[in-house]
Amino acid sequence: MKILSTEPIYDSSRKRSAAIEELQEILRYRNLVLQFIRRDILTRYKRSVLGIAWTMLTPLGTMLILTIVFSNAFKISMPGYAAYVLNGLIAWTFFSQTTHAATVHLVWGGSLLNRIYVPRTVFAVSAVGTGLINLTLSLIPLLIVTLITGLPIRWTALLIPIPMLFLAMFAMGIGLTLSAIAIYFADVTEMYQIILTAWLYLSPIIWTEEQLPPNVTIFVKLNPMYYLINLFRIPIYEGRVPTLAEVAIPGVIAVITLVVGWIYFASRADEFAYRV
Amino acid sequence: MSLPTVFEDETISMENVGVRYRVANQRIATFKEYMIRRIQGKIQNRDFWALRGINLSIHRGDTFGFIGHNGAGKSTLLKLVARVLKPTEGRVVVRGRVAPLLEIGAGFHNELTGRENVFLNGALLGFSRHEMDEKFDRIVEFAELWDFIDAPMRTYSTGMWARLGFAVATDSQPDVLIVDEVMAVGDQAFLHKSYNRIMEFRDNGATILIVSHSMQLVEQLCHRVAWIDHGNLRCLDEASKIIPEYLEHYK
Repeated sequence: MKILSTEPIYDSSRKRSAAIEELQEILRYRNLVLQFIRRDILTRYKRSVLGIAWTMLTPLGTMLILTIVFSNAFKISMPGYAAYVLNGLIAWTFFSQTTHAATVHLVWGGSLLNRIYVPRTVFAVSAVGTGLINLTLSLIPLLIVTLITGLPIRWTALLIPIPMLFLAMFAMGIGLTLSAIAIYFADVTEMYQIILTAWLYLSPIIWTEEQLPPNVTIFVKLNPMYYLINLFRIPIYEGRVPTLAEVAIPGVIAVITLVVGWIYFASRADEFAYRV
Repeated sequence: MSLPTVFEDETISMENVGVRYRVANQRIATFKEYMIRRIQGKIQNRDFWALRGINLSIHRGDTFGFIGHNGAGKSTLLKLVARVLKPTEGRVVVRGRVAPLLEIGAGFHNELTGRENVFLNGALLGFSRHEMDEKFDRIVEFAELWDFIDAPMRTYSTGMWARLGFAVATDSQPDVLIVDEVMAVGDQAFLHKSYNRIMEFRDNGATILIVSHSMQLVEQLCHRVAWIDHGNLRCLDEASKIIPEYLEHYK
C-alpha cells in the first residue's frame, strides 16, 4: 500500500530540539491559540452587564484610589500624577495578570494534557494574547486621563507597540518558567501572589525615581520591570522618543527572558503528562 | 539519521516500549515541603513501570483490541499512540492522523454556546479555522443539535454533550481511531448511529484501536487482540483464540 506524502508521521525517537519542535507545533496549532483567546475574552464578560468595559474600568478604579491616597497621604504633588500612575499600573496589570493566567491555565489544563495532545506552550501563548488585547483596550482610558490632566499627546504615542512587545516577551518568559514549576507544586501560585505584591511596590508605579533615597536606587535598578515600565511610559506620558539605552536594556531583558523561559519549559513539557 | 525500520503498510509500530512513572514515597504537594525534604535528603522515588518491553505492529485497516485487567496499562498504551505520553524507553511510530475518543467532550466549556464549543474543540483536535467552517454544518447535523446550538453548554444534557463531542471528533475520516470505552453514553439511536460511523471508517481503511471490558464487543469487532497483563504484552493473536483463554484465566 502506498503512503500519501501529506500524511503526518509521528516518531517518538526523532531527535530534535524540544524548543524548536514546540515552536513548530504552536505555529501549527495557531487556531487553538486564537480559540483560547476568544474563550478567555468571551467567558470573562459573558454574564456581566458592563462586559468588555471592565477592562478599562478596573485599572481606572485602582488608579483613582492610588492617586487619591498617595497624593494626599504622601503629599505627592506633580503635574499629571494620575496619568503617571495609570501608565505604570496598566503595564503592571498586564504583566501580573498574564503571568498568573499562564500558570493557572496550565495547571487547570492538566487534565486536558492527560487526554489529548496539544502543544503545551498554548496556555502561556494564549494568556499573553488575551493580555495584549486587554492592554490595548486600556490604552483608551490612558489617553483620556492623560488629556484630562493637561498633558499633550504627541506623535510618539505611536511608538507604544515597542514597549508592549517587550512586556509581552518578558511576561511570556516568566509565565512559562513559573507554570513549568507550578504544575508540580500547588503552592507556587499562592507564593507568586505574595511576590507580585512586593514586586509592585519595588516597581516605579506609584513613586517616581526622584523621590527615592540614592542608596535605594541601586536596588531598584536590579528590577527588570523598572526598565520595562519606564519604557512604556516614554511614548505617551513623557511624549518623547526613547534613547537607545532606554530601548536596548529592556529589549535585551525581554529577549533573554523569553528564550530562557521557552527552552526551560519545552525541556520539561514531555514530563507534564506523567505527573498531572 | 537512521532510516525508519517501519514497513509502509504499518500504521503503528512499537519497539521495546516502556513507560515509567516515578512514584514518590510520600505525596509532596507543595514547593515548601519539597525544598525541606530535599535539604533533608528525604526524597525517594519508587519506579513503577506502567508498560515494559512492548513490541507491537498494527497494520493499516486493522481493528485491534486491547484487553486486560484494570490498571494493566491499556489506556497508557493508547496514550502513547495519541502522543499524550512520550515513552520512557523504546520507540513509537504512528503514521497518519489520530482521532482520540478518550473521554468525549473533554475541553468543552460550560459558559460557551454549542457553536463556540465546536470551534474550540475542533481547534483542540488540531483543525484550522477554515477546516472547521467547512465541517460545522455536518457536525451539528450529525449531533442533531440545530435547535440548541446557540444555547450555552451548561444547559445541555449529558447525552447532548456526548453527541456533540463524538460528532466533532469523528467528522472526517481519521487514519487511526482510538475508542476507549466511550460508547456507553447517548440514547440507543445515537449509539447505533455512532457505531455505524465507526464501521464506516473501518470499511474505508482506518485503523481502529479498541479498549473494552466487553469480550462480546471485542470478539465481534476485532481482527486481532492484545492481552495486556501488568504492563506486559501477555499474548497477541486472533480474537477467537485469545478471548476463551482470557475468560478462563479470570474465571
